[in-house]
Amino acid sequence: MSVLIFTEINKGKVKKASLECINYGAKIAQTLGTTATAVVFNADAAQLEEIGKAGATKIVSVKNAALNNDADNALIASAVEQVAKAEDSKVIVFAFDVTGKAVAPRLSGKMKAGLVAGAVDYPVANGNALEVKKNVFSGKATAIYSINSDVKIISLLPNSFPVSLGENKATVEESSVEVGTSKITVKETKSSSSGTSVPLPEAELVVSAGRGMKGPENWGMIEELANVIGATTACSRPVADMHWRPHHEHVGQTGIAIRPNLYIAIGISGAIQHLAGVNGSKTIVVINSDKEAPFFKSADYGVVGDAFTIVPKLTEAIKKLKANSN
Amino acid sequence: MKILVAISNVPDTTAKISFTNGGAEFNAAGVTFIINPYDEWYALVRALELKEAGKATQVSLIHVGLADSEATIRKGLALGADDAIRVNAEGPDAYFVAEQIAKYAKDNGYELVLVGKETINYNGSSVGGMIGGMTDWAYVSLATKMDFNGTTATIEHDIDGGTQVVECTTPMVVSCAKGMAEQRIPNMRGIMAARTKPITVVEPAGNDKLTSIKSFELSKGRTDCKFIDENNMDELVNLLHTEAKVI
Ligand SMILES: Cc1cc2nc3c(=O)[nH]c(=O)nc-3n(C[C@H](O)[C@H](O)[C@H](O)COP(=O)(O)OP(=O)(O)OC[C@H]3O[C@@H](n4cnc5c(N)ncnc54)[C@H](O)[C@@H]3O)c2cc1C
Ligand SMILES: Nc1ncnc2c1ncn2[C@@H]1O[C@H](COP(=O)(O)O)[C@@H](O)[C@H]1O
Repeated sequence: MSVLIFTEINKGKVKKASLECINYGAKIAQTLGTTATAVVFNADAAQLEEIGKAGATKIVSVKNAALNNDADNALIASAVEQVAKAEDSKVIVFAFDVTGKAVAPRLSGKMKAGLVAGAVDYPVANGNALEVKKNVFSGKATAIYSINSDVKIISLLPNSFPVSLGENKATVEESSVEVGTSKITVKETKSSSSGTSVPLPEAELVVSAGRGMKGPENWGMIEELANVIGATTACSRPVADMHWRPHHEHVGQTGIAIRPNLYIAIGISGAIQHLAGVNGSKTIVVINSDKEAPFFKSADYGVVGDAFTIVPKLTEAIKKLKANSN
Repeated sequence: MKILVAISNVPDTTAKISFTNGGAEFNAAGVTFIINPYDEWYALVRALELKEAGKATQVSLIHVGLADSEATIRKGLALGADDAIRVNAEGPDAYFVAEQIAKYAKDNGYELVLVGKETINYNGSSVGGMIGGMTDWAYVSLATKMDFNGTTATIEHDIDGGTQVVECTTPMVVSCAKGMAEQRIPNMRGIMAARTKPITVVEPAGNDKLTSIKSFELSKGRTDCKFIDENNMDELVNLLHTEAKVI
């Protein structure tokens, strides 16, 4: 038996969410007294080394041109299923990200393996079952799920644990899988991330703004603040609906749910549907001209006043800090 | 083309969440239930648009749940769905729900199954992919645009760090996200018509519940917001640096 961890390469590096999963899977393997095996597609030597450092004891390295990052979930699920069977994996770990959200349930359906999607803590064994905590009601509550099937799949909510890398070296086993042909033809791929910023679901620092910014022409100061701290930008739903900002920046109940270390909300009232997507953030700063804005009830730090004067001041203060610490 | 839209019954987005029975059960007292927003605004409305455009012949709703969700199903019929199927069993195990929908779709000649991106109560984003795995149909997740030319769909969907346009032929499963369609409000004629539209109740196939919920707990709110003077951003930065240690 083994714990199998699905790992993804993105922009030449092992995805941060995947490193979190390897750490997580290695710890599960330790508690269950078994090995942590990572499966990765088309990885190079440096990437394999990093997977080892994150704690995998073994890596099944699959070389197959049909398997890239945005391959059809049917092909990825088929490859993972073959490896899981060969490795006698009883626990399979994915990240609860775009790929994991498509592949993990597909694999669950194929293998008749119970899935807990979006785990936020380590599983606890109870007889043959594993009990795992996950967020429910859009972060307003958590629930303990029990997985009762023989093979169990857990997808881990990104940013739930910090990544730690050690000196461990994994043994690498090359493996080939047969994945068949895709029923889906890709016509066009567009990248939405503007330049270098980290994609929103993985971002540790997020600067977000709402209707209080009055119009898209005022986003320059938001982007500048984000730039000085190295944050990714986000927005409230009406802002995306009015096309002030691209829709992939929309966070909340109907947008993306995020849980960065720092969430700065500027000119956002803090409606319950907005909070649903951000209240898992570790630290929340709210800047709002209305001292009665509901968001302050969910904030760690609050500044009451006009964003148009506060945001530039905040940017300057951060620049000062950065200059001093250099 | 026959479209099957999977709808879930969820607490209204503003509902106060609480639990009874020592955290074992969701407290439904005083809570209004609605169609899961993704299922209604995006999946169902897009299905209706496809029918209006002559690209679909039938739009059916399917719901796995007990009789108390009939009001929610009627709302979907009022919006314009032709008929509805209720599989008479309790969720929320996603595998069990997916198994019921997969079986019904296959046995009854549906070529397109639409689900929402996720339910706002269990947040699993799981049922669609599971149906794909069970039927071996293509599964396109997080679709933001979808159109058909005969049996071939052109779909725009979100991928990691971007979007992708794909082509795919039925049968298939698609999970629907923002962008697919605009929310509609049912009109009086729709509400009247819904009263006589059929809701077929079927008993579940099998009892494969692979997961169960043991207990719930409310997330801890934040206790106290520290207010910082708007003219003292150095203090805020200092707190973020030394106290919160986030920058
Ligand atoms: C089913 C459903 C799902 C939804 N999903 C989402 C979702 O996913 N995400 C989401 O964000 N919303 C969602 N909403 C909408 C949500 O209810 C709110 O309408 C929305 O979040 C409000 O956006 P806002 O805070 O930007 O705008 P507003 O509510 O208009 O707030 C603007 C804020 O800016 C402040 N302000 C104004 N001027 C200034 C200034 N000069 N300086 C500083 N502050 C200023 C105001 O005091 C106010 O608090 C959903 C609604 C429904 C019904
Ligand atoms: N009980 C249910 N009955 C019918 N469809 C459901 C049910 N639960 C979930 N779904 C569908 O599956 C989608 C994803 O649900 P989930 O996996 O719970 O996030 C929902 O948006 C619905 O379209």
